[in-house]
Amino acid sequence: MKIILENLTKKYPARGKKGGEVIAVNDFSFEIPDGELIGLLGPSGCGKSTTLNLISGLQKPTGGKIFFGEDDVTELPPEHRGVGLVFQNYALYPHLTVLQNIMFPLENLKGKNKLSKEDMKKRAYDAAKLVQIEDYMERRPSELSGGQQQRVAIARALVKMPRVLLLDEPLSNLDARLRLQTREEIRRIQKETGITTVFVTHDQEEAMSISDRIVVMKDGVVQQIGRPQDVYDDPVNLFVAKFLGTPPIGVYKGEIKGGKLYIGEDAVLSVKKLADRKVYVAIRPEGYIPDAKGALHSTLKGVEVMGRDISILSENSASENPVIRSIISADSKNAVNITEKTVAFALKPHKVFLFDFETEERIPFETV
Amino acid sequence: MEKNQNKAWLYLLPAILFLAVFMVYPLVDVFIYSFEEGYNSASQTYFGVGTYNYSYVLHDPYFLQAIKNTLILVLITVPLSTGIALLISLGLSAIKPLRKLFQTVYFLPYVTNTLAVGMVFMILFKKTPYTDGFANLLLSFIGAGSIDFIDGPYWAKMLVLCIYTVWIVMPFKILVLTSALASVKEDYYNAARIDGTSKFRIFYKITLPMISPMLFYLVITGFIGAFKAYSDAVAIFGTNLNAAEMNTIVGYIYDMLYGDSGGYPSYASAAAIILFVIVLTITCINLLIRKKYVFNK
Repeated sequence: MKIILENLTKKYPARGKKGGEVIAVNDFSFEIPDGELIGLLGPSGCGKSTTLNLISGLQKPTGGKIFFGEDDVTELPPEHRGVGLVFQNYALYPHLTVLQNIMFPLENLKGKNKLSKEDMKKRAYDAAKLVQIEDYMERRPSELSGGQQQRVAIARALVKMPRVLLLDEPLSNLDARLRLQTREEIRRIQKETGITTVFVTHDQEEAMSISDRIVVMKDGVVQQIGRPQDVYDDPVNLFVAKFLGTPPIGVYKGEIKGGKLYIGEDAVLSVKKLADRKVYVAIRPEGYIPDAKGALHSTLKGVEVMGRDISILSENSASENPVIRSIISADSKNAVNITEKTVAFALKPHKVFLFDFETEERIPFETV
Repeated sequence: MEKNQNKAWLYLLPAILFLAVFMVYPLVDVFIYSFEEGYNSASQTYFGVGTYNYSYVLHDPYFLQAIKNTLILVLITVPLSTGIALLISLGLSAIKPLRKLFQTVYFLPYVTNTLAVGMVFMILFKKTPYTDGFANLLLSFIGAGSIDFIDGPYWAKMLVLCIYTVWIVMPFKILVLTSALASVKEDYYNAARIDGTSKFRIFYKITLPMISPMLFYLVITGFIGAFKAYSDAVAIFGTNLNAAEMNTIVGYIYDMLYGDSGGYPSYASAAAIILFVIVLTITCINLLIRKKYVFNK
């Protein structure tokens, strides 16, 4: 089932005398292809959860339309939309057993859709098997670990065979290790069922790792939509560039003068066909090559060996970041002399992005 | 560990002392009194020890009347007041505008003096040479005959007492239930809505189990409170409750101690012990039911 969002807008009326109208989601248009896993990504308050609630029908949009396939569901109450929703805190009914929780949506079915007790049990067990929770059917939610509760919540959302699966911050209540495991689990379940899935997260790594496409949002406005790697390699503005990637991208104040890109006093790259102007220069951590003859000079603060690779910590007066991390392969660890005060880097041009100093929009450039 | 325990006992000591002097000692004393026949508090003497006090009380028509009145009061007012309070709380949590106003209005009886409320009920129900009372005025509108609610037939008097009791215990129950309802997380309702759960099923399958501990607390304390009813009857029918056939068990105990027929601490003690046994039994039954039906986290 593809989902089409058309100029979707949600405004909250002004509260009190001072406050103005709050626009939680602003003019969001996007067609989610059938069977894809979409990650809505952004800092808290960016409108990603509101978008999810609009798709589920728990909130009504103030403008725009939502289609599931060909059906306009904008005015449809949530129970008629056929969505499964997994809540951030799972919202499992604490007084019911796992089996009763999973069967709950089925017991609501009326008329010709009504199921016999055996069918309900069978469907519940099928869903439980899918999320591998079938050994705990008689337990109460309080007797399960966070990860198991999460699975029960997913099973409950899937048991009624929804057209769309929605997950609200599905991993935020899990510890780091479980999070890694569960996100792969979600990916597996989504692939197995082929159900169109939208999930909300503020964790870019989470979104990047399992989504078919990510939607980066800020202040209710969609910044960029695309495949995770494409968005990472080709951010449209400084916000997207800063939001994606760990360690975070290094941002410098720079200047283009006479076809050369300057960071501070260092002319780091030659750029073609660009007029003299002030710019932001953003360099991915993996875009640095330690090179004694390199153009970029920074103060060396330390080296962290992480096993697979090492990160070099440096400071640069032109940088917005207090500390810049550069990731280099552990094989080339001898390239940096820790006793030196400064470190020199050459740059990989495709890991360097330029942004307008005022609008923070991306400026394409070609190196000579 | 040992040292900590000593400290704990030290901290508990003031409370234990107070409880021992003002609760445990009198309780034991009442128990002893109830077996001392013909005890005279002035001379502190008694004739003998036995169960005569119990036998006298249990054969006293006034006491039997008091038990009957109390049981009717308990059986009618506890379910009724809890049920109505639940309905009102559900209504209160469903509306947004004027909620605070309604909450205040519903809470007023709680902060109003029992006897003042009794006066309000006099105006509503009492027959005087000038008026038949507000209730009879309403009755006459639908063409029914006038009824004397205060000095008239037994059922009419019981009706007034029940209405009064329900009204007076309602605010506390509403207070407890609205906060219980507010503590049920919105997500449960949202999850149920997404799954297409009907309103009735949401109430029956989610709301009710989630507030059941509070509901049961209200039922248990309601039972205990209704069994101890006394001042309500006085507020409406005056102090001579035996004559009005409206006495309660606690009223009977009071009369035996201080009333016109008073001066019989032994009978009062026996009646008090009987009341204690009844309340204890009912509470135990309640707790057993609670174990079976109430969801505990």
